[in-house]
Amino acid sequence: MNAPAEFGTLMLGVLGILTFATVVAQILRGRIGDSPVIENLVARINAWWGMVALLALAMLGGRGGVVVLFAIVSFAALREFLTLTAKSRADHWALLASFFVVLPMQYALIYTDWYGMYSIFIPVYAFLFLPIVSVLHGDTDGFLMRVAETQWGLMICVFAASHVPALLSLEIAGFEGKNVLLVAFLVVVVQLSDVLQYVWGKLLGKRKIAPKLSPSKTWEGFLGGVLSASAVGAGLWWMTPFAPWQAALLALVITLMGFFGGLVMSAIKRDKGVKDWGHLIAGHGGFIDRLDSVVFSAPVFFHLVRYFWSAV
Amino acid sequence: MFKRFLASITGEAIALFARLVTAVRGIWAGVEPVRRQRIYFANHTSNGDFVLLWTVLPPSLRAETRPVAAADYWLTSNLRAFVGRDVFNAVLIDRNPDTRTDDPVGQMVEALEDGSSLILFPEGKRNMDHDVPLLPFKAGLFHVATRRRDVELVPVWIENLNRVMPKGEVIPVPLICTVSFGAPIQLGDGEDKATFLARAEAALLSLKEGAA
Repeated sequence: MNAPAEFGTLMLGVLGILTFATVVAQILRGRIGDSPVIENLVARINAWWGMVALLALAMLGGRGGVVVLFAIVSFAALREFLTLTAKSRADHWALLASFFVVLPMQYALIYTDWYGMYSIFIPVYAFLFLPIVSVLHGDTDGFLMRVAETQWGLMICVFAASHVPALLSLEIAGFEGKNVLLVAFLVVVVQLSDVLQYVWGKLLGKRKIAPKLSPSKTWEGFLGGVLSASAVGAGLWWMTPFAPWQAALLALVITLMGFFGGLVMSAIKRDKGVKDWGHLIAGHGGFIDRLDSVVFSAPVFFHLVRYFWSAV
Repeated sequence: MFKRFLASITGEAIALFARLVTAVRGIWAGVEPVRRQRIYFANHTSNGDFVLLWTVLPPSLRAETRPVAAADYWLTSNLRAFVGRDVFNAVLIDRNPDTRTDDPVGQMVEALEDGSSLILFPEGKRNMDHDVPLLPFKAGLFHVATRRRDVELVPVWIENLNRVMPKGEVIPVPLICTVSFGAPIQLGDGEDKATFLARAEAALLSLKEGAA
């Protein structure tokens, strides 16, 4: 797939923002000196360079590239999730099946564009068959907890995440060959919302919005981030099949889903007694720490676009 | 020559595989990963334990760090013998006091005399009981410490590997593992065996909470 012209324009914009952020961080470092906050900021920005490069490469690789990238990301996320869930020796085969059968199968179905199967494969087939695999080993201690937490991990880390590459298979009249821009729109708006919430929160944040769940999240960060990211989303209408007001509304929906997704995943971290899901993305934590908002917004965005815009 | 090349490639491949499956991370909480002669003593729940510990060591330290392992396991096939002897350069000891010709403590001290560091599992066998975090230590650590007081004794807690590969299973489940290195302990003047071993067990267990 050749990347549409709009993709180049968008990338220029993203590179501009990253360059700006890098310069600002270096100036701050020069003025304030090395503090943990600045160090973390620099690590975050550096990681962003890497993530943007990977994502851009995948998108240039077309459907195969995006599917493979998200399959790998799902693998890393599922590994983080299932490291913290309840399990016993009796679940060994169910866990193996989750990683080595269910996950590749879901992405193969996405790649071959079998909507009728990939939208029910995990909610129906994995949901019913994995507990059967576990129950055959006969250990009943914490059984419901074990099978439920494994299924939750698959729904979040595989099923929901796979809706990002699934955007490539939507058929929208007049938008043929440009679906990669839907992926870009979703990822840019959601991630920008996370970043802007962080920036607004650091600049103006006073009133905590959910002190029990996430002490760093404030009302000022939430409102500033969601509204400014929605405005940017509206400003990106030219690369989408949407009118400006539709782009704004969709951006609002996905930033809100992203925000609440972050809260839900925070609650799970608190429950399991960890601060970050992992350590593989310097400055950010784990894959789930970076992806929680994308994962919650992707399926909703996918189905809204499919219902209102898609021909099939 | 070719065998050595093959062994070093195999070692790298095993370390890469361990990283791909477990995303293993070394947490150097009590010591730095520097070149000093040490005995790393760790909890033992899986045959992959020393592989994981070895993987998180800086490559320059790996070559001179030798796991102490059971000859009855590692000499049963040519492949195992290649991995145990050539790849990891293990100090192979006979766990059966009735049949053995070499004294395990003597073998370990000899390896230390050569300048190597050691990886030792003082529980003596894999801990299969999920309700007990650590089995009582065997006396070997004490006897080696008595003869080489200058060597640092570093407790190392390996977290989660028993879930990745429970006993009897062949295919590993990808789950994140951590390897935590605690502050070194030393044998005190006139400290008796029981006191020292209890202190070593406590030092190792204290890493468990921090690692989770």
